Amino acid sequence: MVQSLDNLRETPSQTAGPYVHIGCMPTHAGNAGAFGTEIGKSPIADGAKGQIVTIRGQVIDGTGWALRDAMIESWQTDAAGRFPGQDDADPAVSGFARFAADGESGEFTLRTVKPGPIPARGGGFQAPHISLWVVARGVNVGLQTRIYFEDEDNSADPLLKRIEQRPRAETLIAKKTADGEYRFDIRLQGAGETVFLDL
Amino acid sequence: MTTDLGPLVPRDRAAHPVPYDVDYKTSVARSPHQPLLSMESTPSEETGPRFGHNILGPLDNNLILNWTKGAAPAVGERILVHGRVLDEFGRPVPQTLVEIWQANAGGRYRHVKDTYFAPIDPNFGGCGRTITDYNGYYEFLTIRPGAYPWPNRANDWRPMHIHFSIFGHSFGQRLISQMYFEGDPLIARCPIVNTIKDRSQIDRLVAPLDMAKSRPLDFLAYKMDIVLRGRRQTMFENKPEGM
Ligand SMILES: [Fe+2]
Repeated sequence: MVQSLDNLRETPSQTAGPYVHIGCMPTHAGNAGAFGTEIGKSPIADGAKGQIVTIRGQVIDGTGWALRDAMIESWQTDAAGRFPGQDDADPAVSGFARFAADGESGEFTLRTVKPGPIPARGGGFQAPHISLWVVARGVNVGLQTRIYFEDEDNSADPLLKRIEQRPRAETLIAKKTADGEYRFDIRLQGAGETVFLDL
Repeated sequence: MTTDLGPLVPRDRAAHPVPYDVDYKTSVARSPHQPLLSMESTPSEETGPRFGHNILGPLDNNLILNWTKGAAPAVGERILVHGRVLDEFGRPVPQTLVEIWQANAGGRYRHVKDTYFAPIDPNFGGCGRTITDYNGYYEFLTIRPGAYPWPNRANDWRPMHIHFSIFGHSFGQRLISQMYFEGDPLIARCPIVNTIKDRSQIDRLVAPLDMAKSRPLDFLAYKMDIVLRGRRQTMFENKPEGM
């Protein structure tokens, strides 16, 4: 016998189900006013420094159908690459947002400030990106992924460099559709499957 | 405050449900086929949103009263749901947001897309939230939700359950799960429960009746502790790569 490690195991995940909005986005569930203040309505306040961008997309299943019940959370830095709470971070950037696939079209929209490069542990920088967490009915463990931007220098990003099949890195890069507007679809399965992360 | 902490402990996927399970039909087309890209966590996962008491209303953790702003109580068996949020090293996770949502006592959700014919309770909204105290402790007052049927196999029923969403202090700790009730015979039959293949991990989601916390002539109590991923904490974290 040996000593016990005394560590605990993580509580198992369960699907968020189709009604996740009741608890997380009451207005989207049809229950406006359930909470005085809903969190994550916008990752920025008026006056956020930097370029304001709008990212639109869908979460698409293995048959090509866009989910109508997915919820996404995002977390990011300000335009200078500082996370909320860090020294000199932009006070107008909360960095956190919650948004849902539209119940009819499956389309989601994130309006935010474009993040800056982030110093990496051990030197270098991560290219500007927004972290995402996708939950839905049928998703048993929330899926982590990232939005990078096609008009940024992504060549030295440590995570993108780790993707062995180079074309798959493209699944993490938002495509510019107009000035300040991007498209980022999330494919859960099959052709063009998004790279999901275990970080 | 967390500057001395290192990367997140890698997630033990065996502690979690399998992503693809034919008995939970919706998972079949919604589960990735490619392996996840595993890497050491970065500041993007190690930092995360923090919420203060300023967002909370006085009844946010009281689902019996919060929908009517205290005017009339919800129908159902009154229960206290309480517990602690800890990390994998047993450290309490203080000051973190816990959100719950659930069906009413008849098994009906207040959601634009729920069409089950069990009636809406005019006095029940079905959502609550709170922030853990300095010991990681939280509590909710609510009613016991009803079981409900759902379209999966021909006659599947969800056991009584409360959905939980927990933030922790790092975006990489983010967790959504469900709490079940001791003694419910529907737990063993539920395809969603059984996406978890490790029997002892299913038990982690089953809250025991806790008579010590129940209040005579008022409510029963159930205990639900939650463990989030931990972050490595050694004195050797901030050193040059490879040295
Ligand atoms: Fe449910």
